[in-house]
Amino acid sequence: MTPIHMKDPLVAGTIEIKGSGGDSIEAYYASPTGDGPYSSVIVIHHMPGFDDATKEITRNFAYHGYRSICPNLYSREAPGAAPDDAAATARAMGGVPDERFIGDVSGAVDFLRSLDDSTKKVAVIGYCSGGRQSFLAACSLPLDAAIDCYGAYVVASPPEGAPLKVGPILDKAKDLSCPLLGLFGEEDKFPTPEEVAELDRTLKDLGKEHEFHSYPGAGHAFFAPNRPSYRVEAANDGWQKIWAFLSKNL
Amino acid sequence: MCTYLTEKVSVVGSGKGANGWFKVTDSSVYFDHPVHAPFGHSLNLDFLNPELGPSYRLALELNPATARALAHAILDVLDKIPAAEQDLTQSITSDS
Repeated sequence: MTPIHMKDPLVAGTIEIKGSGGDSIEAYYASPTGDGPYSSVIVIHHMPGFDDATKEITRNFAYHGYRSICPNLYSREAPGAAPDDAAATARAMGGVPDERFIGDVSGAVDFLRSLDDSTKKVAVIGYCSGGRQSFLAACSLPLDAAIDCYGAYVVASPPEGAPLKVGPILDKAKDLSCPLLGLFGEEDKFPTPEEVAELDRTLKDLGKEHEFHSYPGAGHAFFAPNRPSYRVEAANDGWQKIWAFLSKNL
Repeated sequence: MCTYLTEKVSVVGSGKGANGWFKVTDSSVYFDHPVHAPFGHSLNLDFLNPELGPSYRLALELNPATARALAHAILDVLDKIPAAEQDLTQSITSDS
């Protein structure tokens, strides 16, 4: 076979890492294959799960020069199941407990920092429910940067009687370990602009470094190109904000 | 939006999914992102059998207005069943 010369080569695939409690969990890993050194980004998937779209995001970080990993937060509930079936099962079982989530991200951090040519700098980014979890990870673990894309229930409580194991985590803001980039839609109801403003105020009062952007005409999930919620202007600007933020902090 | 709004109902009956017919024991009703329906959000119904595993799932993602019409239709049909049939239905489900 004739060798093909490539610029910007990368490798991607599904691996096993150690998560909370030493459990072996599935994760999607993508990395440039150059000389390094590389900083890393942990991608937290949304409630619909460890799906194709999230794996594409993970590969995009590798294309932009970061080692990236997306832990499958539903590994235990539905090993080997299709992402949609796994998400439905996890939802029916009450979702992902915060403590277990933190353990899984901690495992991903350890994995990334153990790799050859790692700068040891790790960021976390999450979308939707993963936005809340990204903030939670940054308040629970020593990280270098965090990005919250429209995470709900950081400030407000879930609806009365909601069976999922989530609650507001604004009280953890004092423990935020790194700069936070927040990207939100002004038309979003989960979280509302008022909730975003309250988080902004709280972080200012605590002297925590953060940068929030709220896009007019955009609602929830404006980054998702495979959904009607996609808003091209907000998404393009949001990606530019992400690259600048990571370049500054990693 | 990830509304987290989820209602769970135990059910007795059968459904046909990717693995053919199976006994359903649990259901979830929620409003969230669909996987396939071309909407931002949908009223989602999952019929499950956790004992058999995650792949034993019958899933629907419905436009909210049509989901409401469906819910009313279910109730209308059940309301028209004679009392004896209601009892029969209950005896069948309780025996299964």
